Amino acid sequence: MRRILKYVIIDIIKNKIVVFYTILIALFAWSAFGLEDNASKGLLTLLNIILFVVPLFSVLFSTIYIYNSSEFVELLVSQPIKRNKIWNSLFAGLSISLSVSFLIGAGIPLLVYAEPRKALMMIVVGVFVTLIFISLAFFSSILSRDKARGIGYSILLWLYFALLFDGLVLFLMFQLNDYPIEKMMVMISALSPIDLSRILMLLELDVSAMLGYTGAIFKQFFGTSLGLVLTFFLLLLWIVVPYVISLRKFRVKDL
Amino acid sequence: MRIALAFIILLAVVGQSKAKTIRVGKDRPYKSIKSALEIAQKWDTVLVENGTYTEGNINIYKSIVFMGEGMPILDGSRKFEVLSIRANNVVVRGFKIQHSGYASLDDPGGIKVYNGDHVIIENNLLYDNFFGIYLQYCKNCIIKNNRVIAFGKEEQQIGNGIHCWKSDSLQIIGNKLTGNRDGIYFEFVTNSVIWRNIADKNIRYGLHFMFSNNDAYFTNCFRNNGAGVAVMFTKNITMMNNTFEENWGDSAYGLLLKEISDCYLGGNKFVNNTSAIFMDGTNRIRVEKNIISANGWGMKIQANCMDNVIEHNNFVGNTFDVSTNGSLTLNSFSENYWDKYEGYDLNKDNVGDVPYHPLSLYSVIVENTPSAMLLFRSFMITLLDKSEKVLPSLTPANFVDTRPLVQSIKL
Repeated sequence: MRRILKYVIIDIIKNKIVVFYTILIALFAWSAFGLEDNASKGLLTLLNIILFVVPLFSVLFSTIYIYNSSEFVELLVSQPIKRNKIWNSLFAGLSISLSVSFLIGAGIPLLVYAEPRKALMMIVVGVFVTLIFISLAFFSSILSRDKARGIGYSILLWLYFALLFDGLVLFLMFQLNDYPIEKMMVMISALSPIDLSRILMLLELDVSAMLGYTGAIFKQFFGTSLGLVLTFFLLLLWIVVPYVISLRKFRVKDL
Repeated sequence: MRIALAFIILLAVVGQSKAKTIRVGKDRPYKSIKSALEIAQKWDTVLVENGTYTEGNINIYKSIVFMGEGMPILDGSRKFEVLSIRANNVVVRGFKIQHSGYASLDDPGGIKVYNGDHVIIENNLLYDNFFGIYLQYCKNCIIKNNRVIAFGKEEQQIGNGIHCWKSDSLQIIGNKLTGNRDGIYFEFVTNSVIWRNIADKNIRYGLHFMFSNNDAYFTNCFRNNGAGVAVMFTKNITMMNNTFEENWGDSAYGLLLKEISDCYLGGNKFVNNTSAIFMDGTNRIRVEKNIISANGWGMKIQANCMDNVIEHNNFVGNTFDVSTNGSLTLNSFSENYWDKYEGYDLNKDNVGDVPYHPLSLYSVIVENTPSAMLLFRSFMITLLDKSEKVLPSLTPANFVDTRPLVQSIKL
């Protein structure tokens, strides 16, 4: 497995796009902190970028990469290697390379400018978001043999989580305005990894108090260590579940 | 000239011969404060030396100067009201007064003044009392440079730092109030001034007005209270040069104005509050030259507010500059600086050529649907806000600053 992993990572680095991605994120991060006059504002700007660009890049790059390495996968399958190992090393390779480029791009300016606790939280959230969307890419690329369709799925998934989901939530809120829906909304927010990460980060940035009553409920839920553990568990589920589904399909797939 | 000098000296000598100083202390004839107070005559000075005096409730019935040397401690053993002043022209200076009793019926305080005229209370430390300094039916009193520290956990179980009831012409100057229910509480207090006090970490409000007309507070600092200042059911209050900061929490405000009218709010600084100014049933108030920065909400103006003028303020770095709960707008905004303003100024007169709508769509949504706060900073919301700015449909069209400033006002 280690050898396959090495090949995958070398292949991704040779690709150079990941290097550009690193530079892009670094540019975003440094300019966010450089332009805003205080660090917490910079953090908020960076948060927006992380929740928008990182998922998009992770999901698209991973999907395309998986499709492009289909020949490589077929070659490996003909060898006496377990299919699990192939798929795992592909996932690990993508995860490691994209996470590392996020760490280099955003992690360094975060550690330089922001408070250690907030910076750490942001880095962890960023890495989680990266992994979640790689996992979603695996999920959407296993659904179809057709490359265009697979990429379409992944774009749709990203659109759904980044934009549509919030719109739906807003619509729901308008409809159920007369009911005490705060607690339900906490549950619903768990259905979107981007929302989950955003709320987690906002609470860390100490704007929670300004969120009023709803904020108090979030704080009650997410702010405790149990809530924190639960949130990370949910995020972990978002990595594991799509990937495990894809793995199961890959195991029995007729290539 | 010489005659006049002689006369003054004579007066001084006569005065001295009349008023004497009675010392209280371990090595003095008078070992207890009560015994000294008993023999003291009008205009005498009772000077208490360093030590701890646990004498239950100490009453002052005469016009005397009651002074501590080296901060002697008066202890109420958590049972008694420590010091009761029941005379005019009393001065209390330099004591540490601690551990008063707790009772919700007669409200015992560290120092309580009953019907006093010209009472001065200064340089005392009031430590862990139920009420700190309590004034009722008082006139022309000065409360100066006291430090009131209490350790309240819940509103019901602690009194106010400086509590004034049915009084007139008070001066509350330079006190520091920490951990009380309200830092300073005014009920039916008129013609009084509050100046240079610091109220922090109080459970409810830093300063609280109820039915108290014609008062003013200047140059105070209200930090980290449940809410900074609450002015309720009151007329003619002048509020100038105060700092309201770090009043965080749900339903926490820098300044809460409820059912008040004809007031002036100028030159204040509101920083880092959940809501800087909350106005409910507020009429004919002039809000000018304030700095409102880095708050969750700059101003929350309920739709039942009328004829308020908001001019020449700086709104910088607030999440929401203004919000309201209805579509009716009877207040006027003019020549404020809004850091979110995106218009232009062709003739360079520092007044933007495009009117500014300070009410964002999202703030309206949040006001109607508080749980929409869940979507705070979401990309969807940013999009909605942008399109609403271009074509306002949901936000009231007359909620507008027609002459927004392009550069911030130097305050």
